[in-house]
Amino acid sequence: MPIEQICTIVEASKLNEYAYSFTLEVGDMVTRHGLKAGQFLHIACGEGLLLRRPISVCQVEANAPHDTARVVFEVRGEGTHWLAGRQAGEKVNVLGPLGNGFAISTDDRLLLVGGGIGVPPLLGQAVYTAGKATAVLGFRSADRAMLVEDYQDNCAEVYLCSDDGSLGRHGFVDAQLRDILEKDKNFTAVLACGPKPMLKNVAKVAAEFGVPCQVSLEERMACGVGACLGCAVQMADGTMKHVCKDGPVFDAKEVDWNV
Amino acid sequence: MSKVDLSVDLAGVKMKNPVVVASGTFGFGREYGQFYNLNELGGICCKGLTLHRREGNPPPRIAETPMGILNSVGLQNPGVDAFIEHELPELKQHDLAIIANISGNTPEEYGVMCEKLSAAGVDMIEVNISCPNVKAGGLAYGTKPELAAEVTRMAKSHSTVPVMVKLSPNVTDITEIARAVADAGADALSLINTLRGMRIDLNTRRPILKMNTGGLSGPAVLPVAVRMVWEVACAVDLPILGMGGVARGEDAAQLMLAGASAVAVGTACFADPYAPIKVRDGLAQITSAQGLDKVSDLTGGVRPW
Repeated sequence: MPIEQICTIVEASKLNEYAYSFTLEVGDMVTRHGLKAGQFLHIACGEGLLLRRPISVCQVEANAPHDTARVVFEVRGEGTHWLAGRQAGEKVNVLGPLGNGFAISTDDRLLLVGGGIGVPPLLGQAVYTAGKATAVLGFRSADRAMLVEDYQDNCAEVYLCSDDGSLGRHGFVDAQLRDILEKDKNFTAVLACGPKPMLKNVAKVAAEFGVPCQVSLEERMACGVGACLGCAVQMADGTMKHVCKDGPVFDAKEVDWNV
Repeated sequence: MSKVDLSVDLAGVKMKNPVVVASGTFGFGREYGQFYNLNELGGICCKGLTLHRREGNPPPRIAETPMGILNSVGLQNPGVDAFIEHELPELKQHDLAIIANISGNTPEEYGVMCEKLSAAGVDMIEVNISCPNVKAGGLAYGTKPELAAEVTRMAKSHSTVPVMVKLSPNVTDITEIARAVADAGADALSLINTLRGMRIDLNTRRPILKMNTGGLSGPAVLPVAVRMVWEVACAVDLPILGMGGVARGEDAAQLMLAGASAVAVGTACFADPYAPIKVRDGLAQITSAQGLDKVSDLTGGVRPW
């Protein structure tokens, strides 16, 4: 069940020119309400903006007296610009836990594929599976990279790619994914988060090698709880589902990738 | 604060307080029912229903604007039968007025839905003749007096519960439609639906909404709602459910002074799930501060120049 919580920012840092990492005190959202990485928090961003901003949870910790949640976001517009200006010690109004995270177990051998701001929500999955995961992280360029050390600390292997060749392999994550799966397809799941064209390509490669694939999607959102039906996603069977309530994580096979 | 009587009567439908949640912003109550007991509300206008299930419009469906939002959801809903089977029984467990909102492609469809919903035991039917986001019916019925009257007559003749007609603000003279609907036998009016709007992304030069245009709601539309409720209250002698941009008790009080018997809170819920409760408490405070015993004493109390 989601709750409204006034959360103190206990740590605020800048990861690169656009990305920020906040650690929030979230009351008992982890221990009592089951908040986990891959779900999202709906954060009120200032007085002048009507809508909250959905921000994915990167890592959680059950702590006393307050559980904590780490969120990483990029400045995309007015709301996230306001949020980026908050300092440690300030408070934000949060609704959560919202949405469904990845369906995984601690035994899983995961292949994580993140692109840009899709990288953060997968970190918690690496932590959850205790260092067994392999990660492919793609960024536009070296100066947009984030959380690389966190992944190296929590994964068996980490592969880096960049669109311009300034970091790791020059090219897209799906090419790296293909190379990995050609040598070893003994993964229980591919988990992916990033721009929709990237997810489409990742889903295609995973399907070719017969590895189940879960994707975390984004859409313009209003209520965040499933009431307004704003954040619709078209499914392969012609129905609509909603990122906030049915997602943000979907089985890649369910999604209509051709719209 | 002295005890204020918050109860109101909307065309014979008794509500313990005047705050209703607006259609399309509150689903069928399940989501916000996780945050508080729905008994706190005076009533709920359910998500708009059609005779058959609709998947709605392609995304993006939402665009934020200065103090407002545009939406083009397009009446996504499970259909009237699924509502009666799966949602209504749950809602009936609560003590609040259940108002079913309906849209049809033809006058006959309105009639069929009214019969089903009356038999299923909703408290009131809100006839949507003003959805800006669907091609057939919808807004066309709400902008032509003779079509609005025809749909109203059809709804009335197939209903055993009060019929409230929801008016569009996307007209030159809203009183013309209000009179036509009143003459056709409507028991109440609700207004305003959303105002048509558009937002364009400068970089891609594409509209944000996939349908290009959508309906504007939120605080930006409040003054339009107050003006139209006032105009309609002056023109026809029917109870009014006022809505459009209500986020605080003060906003609701303005709509009531303009002539509304009850108010609906919509878009405000997206920012604050507790908004309807805060509006209710704010209204009680304002009523008391103005030395009134009953919130219903606010209705029509405006003193125009």
